[in-house]
Amino acid sequence: MSFTRRGVLGAALGGATVLASGYRPAFAQAAPIKVGILHSLSGTMAISETTLKDVMLMLIEQQNAKGGLLGRKLEAVVVDPASNWPLFAEKARELISKEKVSSVFGCWTSVSRKSVLPVFKELNNILFYPVQYEGEESERNVFYTGAAPNQQAIPAVDYLMSKDGGEAKRWVLAGTDYVYPRTTNKILEAYLISKGVAPADIMINYTPFGHSDWQTIVSDIKKFGSAGKKTAVVSTINGDANVPFYKELGNQGIKATDIPVVAFSVGEEELAGIDTKPLLGHLAAWNYFQSVKDPANEAFIKAWKAYKKSDKAVTNDPMEAHVIGFNMWVKAVEKVGTVDIDKVIDALPGITAPNLTGGVSTMLPNHHITKPVLIGEVRADGQFDVVWQTKGLVAGDAWTDHLPGSKDLEADWVTLKCGNYNTVLKKCG
Amino acid sequence: MSFLPALRALLLACALSFLALASAGAQGLDAAVERFKADSFSDTEAGIAGVAASGSPQGVAILEALLDRRLFAGAPGVFFRDKAGQGFNAATGSPATVPAEAGMVRLNNRLRNLVQAALGSMTLLSPDPAQRFRAAEAVFKSRDATALPAVEQALAKETVRNVRRVLEEARAAIILSTTTAPEADRIAAAQRIAEAGDNDAVAILRQFSAQSTGGLKAVIDQGITAIEQAQRIRAWVQTVWFGVSLGSVLLLAAIGLAITFGVMGVINMAHGEMVMIGAYVTFVVQELFRSHAPHLLDWSLPISIPLAFLTSGLVGIAIERGVIRFLYGRPLETLLATFGISLVLQQAIRTWFGPTNREVSAPSWMAGSFEFLGLQITYGRLWIVVFTLVVFAALLLILKATPLGLQMRAVTQNRRMASAMGIRTRFVDAMTFGLGSGIAGIAGVALSQIDNVSPNLGQGYIIDSFMVVVFGGVGNLWGTLVAAFTLGIANKILEPFAGAVLGKILILVLLILFIQKRPRGLFALKGRAVEQ
Repeated sequence: MSFTRRGVLGAALGGATVLASGYRPAFAQAAPIKVGILHSLSGTMAISETTLKDVMLMLIEQQNAKGGLLGRKLEAVVVDPASNWPLFAEKARELISKEKVSSVFGCWTSVSRKSVLPVFKELNNILFYPVQYEGEESERNVFYTGAAPNQQAIPAVDYLMSKDGGEAKRWVLAGTDYVYPRTTNKILEAYLISKGVAPADIMINYTPFGHSDWQTIVSDIKKFGSAGKKTAVVSTINGDANVPFYKELGNQGIKATDIPVVAFSVGEEELAGIDTKPLLGHLAAWNYFQSVKDPANEAFIKAWKAYKKSDKAVTNDPMEAHVIGFNMWVKAVEKVGTVDIDKVIDALPGITAPNLTGGVSTMLPNHHITKPVLIGEVRADGQFDVVWQTKGLVAGDAWTDHLPGSKDLEADWVTLKCGNYNTVLKKCG
Repeated sequence: MSFLPALRALLLACALSFLALASAGAQGLDAAVERFKADSFSDTEAGIAGVAASGSPQGVAILEALLDRRLFAGAPGVFFRDKAGQGFNAATGSPATVPAEAGMVRLNNRLRNLVQAALGSMTLLSPDPAQRFRAAEAVFKSRDATALPAVEQALAKETVRNVRRVLEEARAAIILSTTTAPEADRIAAAQRIAEAGDNDAVAILRQFSAQSTGGLKAVIDQGITAIEQAQRIRAWVQTVWFGVSLGSVLLLAAIGLAITFGVMGVINMAHGEMVMIGAYVTFVVQELFRSHAPHLLDWSLPISIPLAFLTSGLVGIAIERGVIRFLYGRPLETLLATFGISLVLQQAIRTWFGPTNREVSAPSWMAGSFEFLGLQITYGRLWIVVFTLVVFAALLLILKATPLGLQMRAVTQNRRMASAMGIRTRFVDAMTFGLGSGIAGIAGVALSQIDNVSPNLGQGYIIDSFMVVVFGGVGNLWGTLVAAFTLGIANKILEPFAGAVLGKILILVLLILFIQKRPRGLFALKGRAVEQ
């Protein structure tokens, strides 16, 4: 059942716009180019992934309105892996072998990405992965359009250590107990220690998914923060657990001016459903905020609101990543004049596409992209005020420089043709 | 209070220069507000300092507006709105309309602290005690030495006890952090701060413990030890309170299940979804109030309670009539069928309301916290504990003192005999299931205050609910009560040592061991009911 109702609807919509914009005979002859969309539409991750599917449908519709790609129509194939990690692999296989898609845009959690990796390698296809992640990976078949740790976590900590960020000396690294927070916190801990922070000044805490009783942890943070040194919280707490966490912070009287929390997983989409009062002044680090003033961003927001037929529709960072990824894929396909997987993979590094914050992102040989890093402050309407940003774009680093195991590794799919080249041993793998 | 004359002279000089600036107030203010136009944090910082130093009458209003995001700057000038929305020109203080091209002046947390500190020194003598209290707290935090004369002046005529206490603490904090102050004064200050005994106090003491020597250090360290000791005792009380609060949430989630699973013996995997439906009812009610009667928003929660009970109850009855009644006595099939129903309900809500969280705001009487015996008790949690106990008592009353309750007990104890006595057993089945589901709906109203209102809300509670009911002993409401609070407190005792993840695992392991020993839970039912 690859043709979900939405998929058919999306295709029909695409067709309708094409007809409206003038009939193109090429469409009738050449078969459409299929693009796979692999995002959970049900289950726990639906909260985040459903909008990504909609963004892809909108982008494909827009591309078709512009005349398609290589004179052929684009056709979205939507499948629902239902927040079920093994099902991600099955659905990926279905997209590639049965639907014969030319690329796939999908996944959110790292575990879902790890689950589909072998499929993409075996069947040789392209995955665009739009979410900030823990790094420590570079695969030939995957293009990472979200942030690597050095494009989110490290600059955020740098900001909190700076004068404007409050010169934090004591750190709480709080996260949900799974691979992304654990790896990110390991990198951050090594980084903080390298910056002269004493291990006693770092508190690391993990909680289960969907944790809702934060009383003890927040009171621990409060106690930890009363050592006479400026304290900051770096939160890799995932999705749903955030709301009760911030509520508890507010309830126990911890203000952002005393102990600021910088979050890596709280964006506009997450804030849309909650009472923002307890969050005011707390921070988030992303590569995109809806509030960024830029013509490209304003045009995108307008198109998105029109597409969703709702004035309240919000945009967020992973959506921007899909916009960049999709435009890069389109450019690469146009460059080589075919959707042949190997040719497109080889063409992608070096391709540039404007991001929505006023810069131009480049696909790097390590399959990550360059992005600006922005620190935003939560305001009452659920949007962010940008309070700090990096001077230029930061190049995504697949293997962090702060962990002993990955310090010497380098990913380069152009000259080295290797995702984990060891610069000391001078060999791949 | 004896004080080093040199320091006093220095502070006097500061105060004098303050006055001198005030005489040239208007000009200083003009230059200061100009800085807000630059939209850079360093210029805004200079602007804040300038406004504070200008001594201008509208300085307080400007800084308050800045803090509340009501200050706007642009080419035509700098403007602010008061709380009622009336616009003013910041430089002149005269009413003006805020031009559209003036953008809001932005702050970050560092500048916010500076503004609060400046406002603190400026409003220490305000006629409003609440504002004086805030001002004293701000000075306590900023420890700005230039504010000392103002603090002394405020102390001299302060009559409100609370404000006086904070002012004294603020003065002590300033003196302690003035390294040029005489040792005796600093020691007295350290003692005064140690008396305050809270987290902020210990934070200041710790900061100066490392930098000081001799007698002062001894006093500071003594203060720290005393506070830490008091905090250790307080921590235990706090742990128990946190446990009671967690226990009340567990009880609330499990109490409906104690009816459907405990009394009727139906393994209802869709129980969590009944809770979720209750939470969504709260959301809908609040939305209606927001759009039609915003002034009654605080009442939306009490009004949601009966509506959530009815909605979840009706859904429960529909499930019982439509599915479960065909499956009595077949627990495995019931489990699978109700699990299926739970998925259907989740996806239905997801399609209807969307997959994202929905906002249910807290009414004003549930927001914030108060101090009790040095413990921070949040109103929201307190209300939930009270509410849970009320629901529990009401349920107990229904079961023991109403005809429906009597019939329910009769049917669950001996269905055939009850039927022979003329009780409509099928009707009673439906009502019992409806009651259990309705109570779950009520739980949803309370949980909407502490958790996300999303389609996944119920999933998080289903395992915990079964845990509580099984631990307490199937079919025994009192057992459920004791089990919920025991698990809550045990969880909170384990959490600081083992961490939230391991704590939860430990609880599960302990529970399994307990069930091995006592398969029927804490309070096992005896007699004929057990045989069925």
